[in-house]
Amino acid sequence: MQRRGYGWCVTVLATVAGLLAATGAAAQQTHAGEYAQADINYGMQVYGETCVACHGPDGDAVDGVSLRSGQFRSAGSDQELMRIIAAGIPDTAMPPGDYTASELTGLVAYLRTMGDLDPSDVTVGDAASGEAIYRGQGDCASCHRIGGEGSRVAPDLTDVGAVRTAGSLAESLVDPTSAMLPRNRNIRAVGNDGTVYSGRRLNEDTYTVQIIDENERLVSLVKDDLSEYTVITTSPMPSYAETLTDQERADVLAFLLTLKGMNR
Amino acid sequence: MTRPTLATLTLAALTLVVLLPHPLAAQVTFERLLNAGDEPHNWLTYSGNYNSDRHTTLDQITVDNVDRLDLQWVFQAQSQQVFQTTPLVVDGIMYITEAPNTVLALDAKLGRVFWRYEYTPSPESRPCCGRVNRGVAILGETLFMGTIDAQLIAIDAVSGRPLWQTSVAEPGAGYALTLAPLIVKDKVIVSVAGGEYGIRGFISAYDPETGEEEWRFYTIPGPGEPGHDTWEGDDWRYGGASAWITGSYDPDVDLIYWGIGNPGPDWNPAQRPGDNLYSDSVVALDPDTGELEWYFQFTPNDPYDYDSVQVPVLADFPTQDGGTLKLMLWGNRNGFFYVLDRETGRFINGQEFIEQTWAEGLDDNGRPIFIPQEPGATTYPGVQGGTNWYSPSYSPSTRLFYLSAWEGYGSVFEAQEAEYEEGRLFLGGRPAPPVPGGALPSLARGPINTWTESAGTGAVIAIDPATGEQAWKYEMTDVTSSGILTTATDVLFTGNREGYFHAFDARDGELLWRKTLGGMIANGPISYAVDGRQHVAVAAGNGLFVYALRED
Repeated sequence: MQRRGYGWCVTVLATVAGLLAATGAAAQQTHAGEYAQADINYGMQVYGETCVACHGPDGDAVDGVSLRSGQFRSAGSDQELMRIIAAGIPDTAMPPGDYTASELTGLVAYLRTMGDLDPSDVTVGDAASGEAIYRGQGDCASCHRIGGEGSRVAPDLTDVGAVRTAGSLAESLVDPTSAMLPRNRNIRAVGNDGTVYSGRRLNEDTYTVQIIDENERLVSLVKDDLSEYTVITTSPMPSYAETLTDQERADVLAFLLTLKGMNR
Repeated sequence: MTRPTLATLTLAALTLVVLLPHPLAAQVTFERLLNAGDEPHNWLTYSGNYNSDRHTTLDQITVDNVDRLDLQWVFQAQSQQVFQTTPLVVDGIMYITEAPNTVLALDAKLGRVFWRYEYTPSPESRPCCGRVNRGVAILGETLFMGTIDAQLIAIDAVSGRPLWQTSVAEPGAGYALTLAPLIVKDKVIVSVAGGEYGIRGFISAYDPETGEEEWRFYTIPGPGEPGHDTWEGDDWRYGGASAWITGSYDPDVDLIYWGIGNPGPDWNPAQRPGDNLYSDSVVALDPDTGELEWYFQFTPNDPYDYDSVQVPVLADFPTQDGGTLKLMLWGNRNGFFYVLDRETGRFINGQEFIEQTWAEGLDDNGRPIFIPQEPGATTYPGVQGGTNWYSPSYSPSTRLFYLSAWEGYGSVFEAQEAEYEEGRLFLGGRPAPPVPGGALPSLARGPINTWTESAGTGAVIAIDPATGEQAWKYEMTDVTSSGILTTATDVLFTGNREGYFHAFDARDGELLWRKTLGGMIANGPISYAVDGRQHVAVAAGNGLFVYALRED
């Protein structure tokens, strides 16, 4: 599309429908059966670490509470369920908990489905193996960064396990574009002098755009100085659907879910 | 232009996947900090260089063309707190903090934002005098920020992501960090605010890679240490002596210099008999170990909250026999201007730069000769001092020292017994305005001024360090909290609480240019260059204003 006679063009491809379901940990999913398997798996893990002591492995150890039913007296929606898990229930034995958004998403997915969950569907990942793949055959650090190590070209993963859901991370590994957030888009630009710029967009306005380029430098571009400007809506990340096995991807996912930021 | 085809998009995506090895982005090494004067297009430390003279050798803006300054861009903070920050500029990127503890990276040419990192301080934090921050330090590709809840945070300068966080002190006990850290060699040096809470102040150094504490110098000596006998009983445990302004560094003698704040309780000296070292002093420390090399105390057993948290300005003066005097120039909150030998701490000269009533003068060692104040008497300068933390400047071109001063400003001090309780104010009385209803407005000053006759006036004062005499003075109606910048072309920039940003002729104080920016200026202007063009930046209110000469 032309904009006010400028000699450049902004192209934004149609958003992939799947992106909408993965744009944040708080994405609303109100019908059982629609939860990502990775979220259910992660929720089962978190449940096993924090809930099982009181609620028991089958969710029925507290008198009058049956988690397997998928029905909750105090919570109709998933949002309400998350709020109760995080805040606890006053004057009862249910305490508040310091959960990440990813953990809450996982817990809700697991609670909503635990009644008819087939344990054979659950692939348990190993975080240590996943870290080895991250650093080895996955070569993830050539683009990503964790806590000051690795490249800044692609999004920093230091807290990715807290801010992205297990489901969206699992999706990223097989179909990076469908799970890519708008804030992580790359751009390609060509200056009037022929210089080619490419990098991840950090900020954009009518007249300028700020990027981190492929040499990890902060670069500010004036659109008047560009002959071409393209926002790329496909992810440059390769799919690991073929290059990693299901188990290996589960391992990488388990590792990513341990990344909860500087203070965790 | 037609839409790119799917093929061109795929090609673009592929070029991003194939990442070639690349040279690292420019690192700000200690070597660069040492030689900051060699790259005047950058502003690499809080005070611009280790001498802390806030003097730029950029020379495009002169006394003859300064009236052609033109606004380039404005950045407005989301915080409503008045900016007290000094931005850094590194190769076209500006790093600025907004209150309380948010860091932004901006394009220094266009003012657009690359990233924003917001730290949420603990609700336990209780800085006495504003939830402020005065800036970051940089080493390598890492920024360092102190927070009002007494944390030190390392932030990646490229991505804006936090790397580590170290707890420097307990915010609930009144400790806070408001200053910009100072990098010396391989250490990040900070010091604590909290002198109104009965803290025990300290300066401390951290490993820039890990945040591990390397040394700590308590500004109040503990039992068995020299100077401990300047306190009685347990007074030293909550004697204050905070240090909330960035110090300076002399690589030749390898010492850092740091100004120390008031003893506590602030206004009841009888409750803490003794000189109360090292309150109201400058200390010279070994940057590797934190060991004290020398100290000089400006105001012993201070009754008036005369913090010595001014920036130590280092200047070299030629002697008649061809040698060099390594000096420290210090316009103190107590109203006296001091010249010290920075190698030894020896007092060389000292004179009042405003009319004051608390001391007959200084003795041969620079110790003030107190004048006892009658109950109810007005003491000059008042509690905010004859100057304060506002950055001064020294120009090697004019050989003059410049500072923001308050004149005709006094307080009636009333002492009261104070009981120490952790985390509670520990003040020991109060300073009252000499005229009922004449209280000096805080840094939250509004746009209307009717208090001048009771609260005093502001001035820029130029002092010749060779004689201690005033070279010139420019008087303002309201008091001023602005820092000062001088240039090699003899232009002096400063602001004031009225929101004016001025340029003066540094040689004689002639007003050359002024703009009203509509908000209080409570920080020091800086200068830098992008694409070879000199800029001057100053924050007013919660906006940052950037000027350069018109290009026509």
